[in-house]
Amino acid sequence: MSESLIEVRELTKVYGADDTEVRALDGVNVDVQRGEFVAIMGHSGSGKSTLMNILGCLDRPTGGEYILDGRDVSRLDKNELASVRNQKIGFVFQSFNLLPRMSALANVSLPMLYNGTEKLSAKDREARAAKALESVGLGNRLHHHPNQLSGGQQQRVAIARALINQPALILADEPTGNLDSKSSVDIMNILHKLHQQGTTIVMVTHETDVAAHAQRVICVKDGKVISDGRDGHSPCLGQAVGGGNETE
Amino acid sequence: MKLSEIFGTAWEGITLNKVRSFLTTLGVIIGVASVIIMLAVSAGAEAAIAEQINGLGANLIIVAPIRGVPGASRTLLLDDAIAIEKQVVGISGVTAEQLPPPQTVKANNVSLDSIPMIGTTSSFPSVRDYPVALGRYFNNDEDERKSKVVVLGSGLAKDLFGDESPLGQTVTIGTTKFTVMGVMSPKGMVADVDYDGRVYMPISIVIQKYMPTTTLGGDRVRTIYIKAESQEKIPSAIAQITSLMATRHEVPVSKPDFTVQTQQDIIATQEATTAAFRDLLAWVAGVSLVVGGIGIMNIMLVSVTERTREIGLRQALGAKPSDVLLQFLIEAVILSLVGGIVGVLSGVGGSYLFGSLGSMRTAIVPLSIPLAFGAAAAVGIFFGYYPATRAAQLDPIDALRRE
Repeated sequence: MSESLIEVRELTKVYGADDTEVRALDGVNVDVQRGEFVAIMGHSGSGKSTLMNILGCLDRPTGGEYILDGRDVSRLDKNELASVRNQKIGFVFQSFNLLPRMSALANVSLPMLYNGTEKLSAKDREARAAKALESVGLGNRLHHHPNQLSGGQQQRVAIARALINQPALILADEPTGNLDSKSSVDIMNILHKLHQQGTTIVMVTHETDVAAHAQRVICVKDGKVISDGRDGHSPCLGQAVGGGNETE
Repeated sequence: MKLSEIFGTAWEGITLNKVRSFLTTLGVIIGVASVIIMLAVSAGAEAAIAEQINGLGANLIIVAPIRGVPGASRTLLLDDAIAIEKQVVGISGVTAEQLPPPQTVKANNVSLDSIPMIGTTSSFPSVRDYPVALGRYFNNDEDERKSKVVVLGSGLAKDLFGDESPLGQTVTIGTTKFTVMGVMSPKGMVADVDYDGRVYMPISIVIQKYMPTTTLGGDRVRTIYIKAESQEKIPSAIAQITSLMATRHEVPVSKPDFTVQTQQDIIATQEATTAAFRDLLAWVAGVSLVVGGIGIMNIMLVSVTERTREIGLRQALGAKPSDVLLQFLIEAVILSLVGGIVGVLSGVGGSYLFGSLGSMRTAIVPLSIPLAFGAAAAVGIFFGYYPATRAAQLDPIDALRRE
């Protein structure tokens, strides 16, 4: 197994054809090592969301290669992609995306239902979900429904859900975009802790102070990587990149 | 994903909006229940008809006039009955009936209006398997001598005389006095006729006193009943009767002015009518089941649209297209199966209820229960499949972005 968890080679994504052709990604090359905490920054329309979708195996590239955890996933079919998402990737969304009618425990258990390789009994699933919720500090909120939880608590449930199948990669899409500053700090602290425990995290954001938490910041513009800096030495951090709070 | 888990997920989807799920199911409930009730009602009607016709007596052959046949100038005569009795082999009895207009009947202090009358020959009780309970029926002599004697239906006897014995008592019918010779055994309603509420009198008296005189010579009767010696003798008896009657009426056998039927013929004719009616009812009920299915499809499409984001999330978490398909398909099937179960219960309950109301007889057709239930399940799969494929084909990125 190679050192890189993610190897992206000459990745392109083209929408439309001929005159209306839009190159959302135009030859992107990125490597992410195991255990890295990477932020991807860019304006609306820069292609960072498209990159995120492909890294998350929600979409397939038009051209190029995407090797995740040693496996080329750029040409997989829908079913194979679904199982890669289930096994290798944990998603954290800006709007939490918890199912409103389910308890925190049931929401966290959801990815285990779709786990085809590790079939757990209902009891084991519950125990594991409870443990995951405890690890994000919600051991006393197991049976609360999302509407009984604060935004920060909901996002912590979402993080517990992302971790439940022990994925190789956590993909966080604007994880603090809908949160107040105090909750944002809590969530970033949790992501930090996960990083310290060796989890690989790729986070999309347009907020420089959030991106500053990452070891490494990749800047995307017009479908290309324009900078890739480590330890605070990213040209992106020097200037305001985002435009407001919009999501793509 | 295990099937039990998919069931759990689908059930959550159903309980998400209970009122809507119930209303959706209502279409199937009504469809299934109406299939069962419609079939029970028509089966009940058939059974009632068969029972009534069999209640006329065993091994009966019924001869009745056809009115309005071109060239048919004669109707049934008492002489026809006599000729049949004398000439046809394989029969054990013949009786003729005539129905005069209802009359006022008086006895002691009681006076009853509009009491139905029936004139018969003396063999009526044996041919029609309808015995006398008290006293005796008039004999052939009394019939021929036009004796003023009557036999009362059991209910009428009670109405006129109460607990007193009517035997030997005098009743006044119209203006004529008659002596009561007997009381018939209770029989009840058969083919809409109340046997217990009638006055039975010699057909000779009826023809003489109550029927307009015929210009054709001879005494007209309404129906002739012939009792065959056994079931096996019926076909031969019918052939003899048909040819004898055709000769007597001077009409070709192919164009008779009379009908010769057995009870089975009458039952079959009636059943042909009720069968057509039953099929129509079953189709209507079946259509309502399909409409119920369309209701399910409609609500499932709405549900898929409303829950697009949920579908997108499930896909992101690793749900395969087949997982999503099954979730929504099973949701539709559960809706229709629950509708099927409730529909079967309310159909059976409704059938009993209609039956107990008294005006209608119902007999639940056992086959209709699995039939209706199976149709409900098929409707669920058929109409649930399209919305489920719509859900399964959603693109996770688009689905997640949807508000």
